[in-house]
Amino acid sequence: MSDSQWPLWEVFTQPNKGEPFEHAGSVHAPDGELALQNARDVYARRGEAVNLWVVPSAAIVASAPSDAGPFFDPGNDKPYRHPQFYIAPRGVRIF
Amino acid sequence: MTEPSFQVAAPRSTPVANPLFEYLLRLGDDRLVLGHRLSEWCGHGPILEEDIALSNMALDLIGHASSLLALAGEIEAQGRDADALAYFREAVAYRNALLVEIPNGDFAVTMVRQFLFDAYSVLLWDALSRCEHEGLAAIATKSLKEDKYHLRHSSEWVVRLGDGTEESHERAQQALDSVWRYTGELFDHDAVDDAVAAEAFIAIDHDALHSLWLTMVKDVVHRATLTLPTDPAMRRGGRRGFHTESLGHLLATMQIVARSHPGASW
Repeated sequence: MSDSQWPLWEVFTQPNKGEPFEHAGSVHAPDGELALQNARDVYARRGEAVNLWVVPSAAIVASAPSDAGPFFDPGNDKPYRHPQFYIAPRGVRIF
Repeated sequence: MTEPSFQVAAPRSTPVANPLFEYLLRLGDDRLVLGHRLSEWCGHGPILEEDIALSNMALDLIGHASSLLALAGEIEAQGRDADALAYFREAVAYRNALLVEIPNGDFAVTMVRQFLFDAYSVLLWDALSRCEHEGLAAIATKSLKEDKYHLRHSSEWVVRLGDGTEESHERAQQALDSVWRYTGELFDHDAVDDAVAAEAFIAIDHDALHSLWLTMVKDVVHRATLTLPTDPAMRRGGRRGFHTESLGHLLATMQIVARSHPGASW
């Protein structure tokens, strides 16, 4: 790798207690503690988060763009995989 | 080459006119000057993330200074607000410790200076948050939270610089050796401290503060594989307005806009 930068870390912020963590962006840092501090300064300094996760970007297993066809297209023509496909029987309250 | 020796007048024996005002200036000026020093890194940080971190800390410190100088102005009751105190005082009227005015040097000097100050500041705020002066105790409580983060940042950096590469170790040790002589002044105790203890119930045990500080510093210096300087010679004078040449240059930059356009707002 010709990149002379520190390793990349993905940052996840939790906006409020009990809410799911959301991907906020990424930072460079030599280790976890400094990644956490950099993430705090870059993504949480305006009160955006109550919790932070940092994960080495290299540890993330991601689907590739070339997987898009086999991974996601089959979902497009299978309406029966959505609950809305089914007609609720009389007597069941519909929201 | 011998180092120039600092000739500093003996402490004033005359009573201080307004000790609480004087005390708040010391607290406020430390943070204003250090905040300005850190702001000089804006756009020059070693990496983007650290550039943001340094600017964040600068803003925190200037915020603390603003609260402290505003309170000082109220106590003085001469119609001077925080801006008047920050922008329209000469260097001789500044009461910051010499530690915070020394030039940034390299990143190691900035971080070592920051760590030594943060450790002192966290201990001081912790004590002041329990003092009898309501206004100051409130500022202390708020500032303590932010300074605890600064201490975490600067101490982790000192460990990584000291226990990093051969070059970073060398530079961190040089930084510690060069900055150490300015730390003694932080724990000096004079007539102002006695007077605020008597009048405003702000009683800080400087010896206890110093020993707690030394314990914190030794722990980090040890983790950083650095050597604590043993040179007992300390430089002081800032608390009484005897500053290094650097402060005048710093103030010239900091004050020029306010002085060129008095009363301007934006």
